[in-house]
Amino acid sequence: MQHFSDLYWRLDSTSSTNQKVSALKNYFASVPSQDAACALSVLCGAKQVRAVSTRLLREWAAEAAGLPLWLVEESYAHVGDLAETLALILPEQLTNNPGGSNTIADHPALSLSHFMQETVIDLKGKPDVYKRQVVEETWRRLKPRERIVWHKLITGGCRVGVSRTLVARALAELSGLEPTTLAERMMAATIETAEDFQSLISKEPTSADGLRPFPFFLASPMNSEVHELGSITEWQAEWKWDGMRAQIVRRSAGISIWSRGEERMNDAFPEIVDAAESLPNGTVLDGELLASLPNNLLPFSMLSRRASRKRVGKKILAEIPSVFVAYDLLEAHGKDIRSEPLSLRRKELLAIVPTGFQRRPAPAGGTVKLKNGNGNTNDRLFHSPLVPNGTWDELRRSRKHARQRGVEGLMLKRTTSSYAHGRQRGDWWKWKVEPLEIDAVLHYAQAGHGRRAGLHTDYTLGVWDGDQLVTIAKAYSGLTDEELIEIDKIIRSTTIERHGPVRIVKPTLVFQLAFENVSKSTRHKSGIAVRFPRITRWRRDKVPHEAATLSDLKALLAQTTGETE
Amino acid sequence: MGHFLEAHQTVSDLLEINPNGLYCPAGDFYIDPWRQVSHAVITHAHADHARPGSDRYLCASPGKHVLRTRMGNNATINTVKYGEHFSVHGVDISLHPAGHLLGSSQVRVHHQGVTWVVTGDYKLQQDSTCECFESVPCDVFVTESTFGLPVYRWPEPATVANEINTWWRANADSGRTSVLLSYALGKAQRVASLLDPSIGPIYGHGAVMKLVEAYRASGVRLPPIDRIPPRSRKIGGGRGIVIAPPSAAATSWINRFGETSIAMVSGWMLLRGVRRRRGFPQGFILSDHVDYPDLMQAVKASGAQRVLVTHGFTDIVARLLTERGLQAEILPTRFIGEERPDDSDVDKNLEDGLQHRDSESTD
Repeated sequence: MQHFSDLYWRLDSTSSTNQKVSALKNYFASVPSQDAACALSVLCGAKQVRAVSTRLLREWAAEAAGLPLWLVEESYAHVGDLAETLALILPEQLTNNPGGSNTIADHPALSLSHFMQETVIDLKGKPDVYKRQVVEETWRRLKPRERIVWHKLITGGCRVGVSRTLVARALAELSGLEPTTLAERMMAATIETAEDFQSLISKEPTSADGLRPFPFFLASPMNSEVHELGSITEWQAEWKWDGMRAQIVRRSAGISIWSRGEERMNDAFPEIVDAAESLPNGTVLDGELLASLPNNLLPFSMLSRRASRKRVGKKILAEIPSVFVAYDLLEAHGKDIRSEPLSLRRKELLAIVPTGFQRRPAPAGGTVKLKNGNGNTNDRLFHSPLVPNGTWDELRRSRKHARQRGVEGLMLKRTTSSYAHGRQRGDWWKWKVEPLEIDAVLHYAQAGHGRRAGLHTDYTLGVWDGDQLVTIAKAYSGLTDEELIEIDKIIRSTTIERHGPVRIVKPTLVFQLAFENVSKSTRHKSGIAVRFPRITRWRRDKVPHEAATLSDLKALLAQTTGETE
Repeated sequence: MGHFLEAHQTVSDLLEINPNGLYCPAGDFYIDPWRQVSHAVITHAHADHARPGSDRYLCASPGKHVLRTRMGNNATINTVKYGEHFSVHGVDISLHPAGHLLGSSQVRVHHQGVTWVVTGDYKLQQDSTCECFESVPCDVFVTESTFGLPVYRWPEPATVANEINTWWRANADSGRTSVLLSYALGKAQRVASLLDPSIGPIYGHGAVMKLVEAYRASGVRLPPIDRIPPRSRKIGGGRGIVIAPPSAAATSWINRFGETSIAMVSGWMLLRGVRRRRGFPQGFILSDHVDYPDLMQAVKASGAQRVLVTHGFTDIVARLLTERGLQAEILPTRFIGEERPDDSDVDKNLEDGLQHRDSESTD
């Protein structure tokens, strides 16, 4: 546990990738495989157990520290990190120790995996009195710095500031394998035991290799003028579909659907698993999962309703059927073809998946009829058709209509490009539609977390409905640190009311808010939801009453989707 | 109960807030006024407590040189020894060590049987560069609350000194110049007093040196500290340490030392979020303000039944003290609301001014 805590703080205290890799490598080299496996799953952001609710934990800590609960809440609002807050308020030496002097000094090399088992995993489902006993006992055993890390583990919220790529690099240096091999293995296998970790870094091919996907290649956002990419003949264009990126792996070991988050999604998309049976053995497709009726593309919000489910019932299967639209072919007839040029991979893709996906959203106001018994597997797998690209101008025109087509924009891929891994710039670009923009007024503010702790950086923005502000979005990003500090001061001096950590402010601050789309919403008081809202500019030049109104937003809704109230 | 109400009524009259600041009507003087007034009692020389332009200043005698540095040669500054009583229009006044920095005082005001103590900024921790805080019994205690949240508990200064020297030694061994960022007044001198001069030479930024000299003139013992030689790179052969105000870190001034390791010395460094935001990999937790346990202890030791909370987490501390059975209120300050981790550079404007002058003279 101390080793892991030291690793956590070492990674936290440096921004240098080399130092991070070397800290990781030293850690993995010095701990037993059992602990390495346990640490790895935390580092890679595997789903963690929430053994104790944060509510109980803060109540117990408040009592142990002899503080009223509200003061702990206020402290949390200031610190911005619960695990840290609780560690800071707890007395260094907890008194009333019935078990004698059972301090950490007595267990200098407390194994992370044993510790996790005892103080986190075993607590699941136990009565609160038992949990509390273990929690208080553990506080006695740990130093304040270690308590922070353990608080994160026990509440299932331990995120460490390293990417998988860095972890793979460290393990590659340790094992002498290629970083890509490790990245692939890490993606395919769940690593829980000492044996899992051993086979991860073993030179021998492993059983997990059978269903393993390839690391995803990610496109970079297109921020300059497209014609700077050179001759259009070197590029192919596709729609940027608004679904979930996924890989279908079809091998003799079976079928697996992998999300970009490296979760296996077979349970959420059984009809795609069925459809993939028709693919030749030794096929890996990269593509997008979309929700779609036989005639009409459904919006992303419908897809996300089913993606979060462990099991999908008949009703959902009928109401929100899914399809897979393939972008690329990574493995053909058992052979890894990622280094072949895109043009060739595409030719082979079309041979395996001949039908192009052409569906659009339902026309405005039109009703959609459900067709019964849509069980035709040929109706599930498509390829992503090319968008005609005679000239850059032709593409610019197509992009203008993207929003009405229910897509996010265009993808531009160099026809000679191989399928790389991670986000390498140059060959693949996402050229999204210009975001929609309005000016909105700051309505409520709350202190941020992490490096924005103690600064009011979580903004709730509103637009005018008569002389009332109605909330339309929460937004965080897009401002510089200097601006955030200046705005924080304004928020403090214009606070009208405080409700715990939330401040209601006098409307003085206007921000330009960008978002991808508007849709009707029954969940928001305004009746409108915006997708991916972010602040793009602080409009110091505007007074609050120059900001947008609710009817402006409704007009946008009508304009972009044809939807009206 | 009747006695309490009676006391309360008189009490509310002894000191009050008016547009110029905290005022004593019976004695016709201000404590740390915000604007120019005729008589100003100054708790300490930081810029948010000592504003220029008043007719007469009064401070504790050990703080005279420091206040002079800040107020200029033309200001009228009178001094009084710690614990010495004097009377103004029948109001009894005395100054008592606050432990914040050299010459910092709590102001005790006594009139018609009622005693107020205004702490200014203070700390209970050990500090060899100034007199230790002295608890003064009173009816009404006016306390700062900069770090008035239970998350703020300072480590022992000796522990922090050890951490700083270990860090400095490691930098020196690899030929990197160490840079410590701290307020020019008070913290810089306290930090200097904690350094181990056997590791390497100590240098001070111009803004720091001015006050180092004022401290020396007041008889405070500090290790040898040099001005930074012009056009210096790798001062002290890379074994040196530089003490500079935080504002210097944002300027190109810092680049002239070649390879450096920079660390901030501040109470705010206790929080991981603040360390990350300020972008310093290293932070040392050392503050000249009281932490939460010491604040609670100081309130208790004063014996006051009424506490006015100012400068910091005022609403939170007032609520807590009220729950603990005291009569606690918020005393407003002119400096909007709270001192924040991001403007911890209290004397920023003043230091920026000094810094420009200094960079002209040293380059």
